[in-house]
Amino acid sequence: MEVPVSASPIKGSAWGGGRSPFSIEYGKLMMWIFLLSDAFTFSALLVTYGTIRNSVSAIHWPNPEEVFKSIPFAEINAPLVFVGLMTFILIMSSVTMVLAVEAGHRMAKKEVQKWMIWTILGGIAFLSCQAWEWSHLIKEGASLTGNPWGATQFSQLFFVITGFHGFHVLSGVVINMIILANVNAGTYERRGQYGMVEKVGLYWHFVDLVWVFVFTFFYLI
Amino acid sequence: MNPDEIRAADDLEHAHEEGNAMTPKRIWFVFWVLLGITSIEFIITLYLVHTFHWSTGIKGFVLIALTLLKAYYIVGYFMHLKFEKTPLIYIIGMPTILIIGLIAGLVSEGHHWLLTR
Repeated sequence: MEVPVSASPIKGSAWGGGRSPFSIEYGKLMMWIFLLSDAFTFSALLVTYGTIRNSVSAIHWPNPEEVFKSIPFAEINAPLVFVGLMTFILIMSSVTMVLAVEAGHRMAKKEVQKWMIWTILGGIAFLSCQAWEWSHLIKEGASLTGNPWGATQFSQLFFVITGFHGFHVLSGVVINMIILANVNAGTYERRGQYGMVEKVGLYWHFVDLVWVFVFTFFYLI
Repeated sequence: MNPDEIRAADDLEHAHEEGNAMTPKRIWFVFWVLLGITSIEFIITLYLVHTFHWSTGIKGFVLIALTLLKAYYIVGYFMHLKFEKTPLIYIIGMPTILIIGLIAGLVSEGHHWLLTR
């Protein structure tokens, strides 16, 4: 791999030219920059949440343990159990995604397919959970203009932020499906590398990362 | 050598070649770390806060610290940033640190709105 470059005055320097100082693929670098910009968007929403929450008197702010206490198919008081399940599903799908990336490094097409399918199923399971939670809260009277537990701002921010995150999950599932179709068609096998799986993996982990923050701010604090 | 050893040796060689440090063993280790931190967060919210009467400030501080720790494991290991070149880590890390400053500033601003109402 070592190519002697006698003409270069600063041989071996990362910024000496002739190669990327980041030594990653162009598409992956661009994915990172996109994710940084997406992080700004989510930060704007979370900054809004922090500001508005602190501008509302604590007695008007609903207690998450009372709002999120229901689970499907049973009339019992189970605070935060359902959101715990959603969090577990998303972490699990992040694990299967990184296993798909790892299999891609070994050019193991069958394993990449298996882990991609699990990741997509995890994403769909998460979205189904969210659909149930939304419809349940709407049935109980939560909306963009009202909130039976206290401050209206709570349900406004809840629907906007989890909605924006859910939309990201949905896009992630769709992109994962497209990449899986390419894996099935042998596109990356012909290319000799599974770089695209890594790129969609970065996006998928980012979605998981955002959920970690949404989970803390909305359900725990 | 048995197949596992061959595979482990392959992993090591591969890791050396392409900087791929995420072996399945490490992936599952990070999974257990994330699951463990999440469980601790649940225990804090549902039991410790009520039993020991934590103030909102302490609860918020501990939970945010644990969340940032989780973020470190996801970005560092799952997104592989820990093993990338230093300039890339700076490009992604530095603006994020500025965001934390923005959050701190505006949260205190929100508190001010409440006082002036």
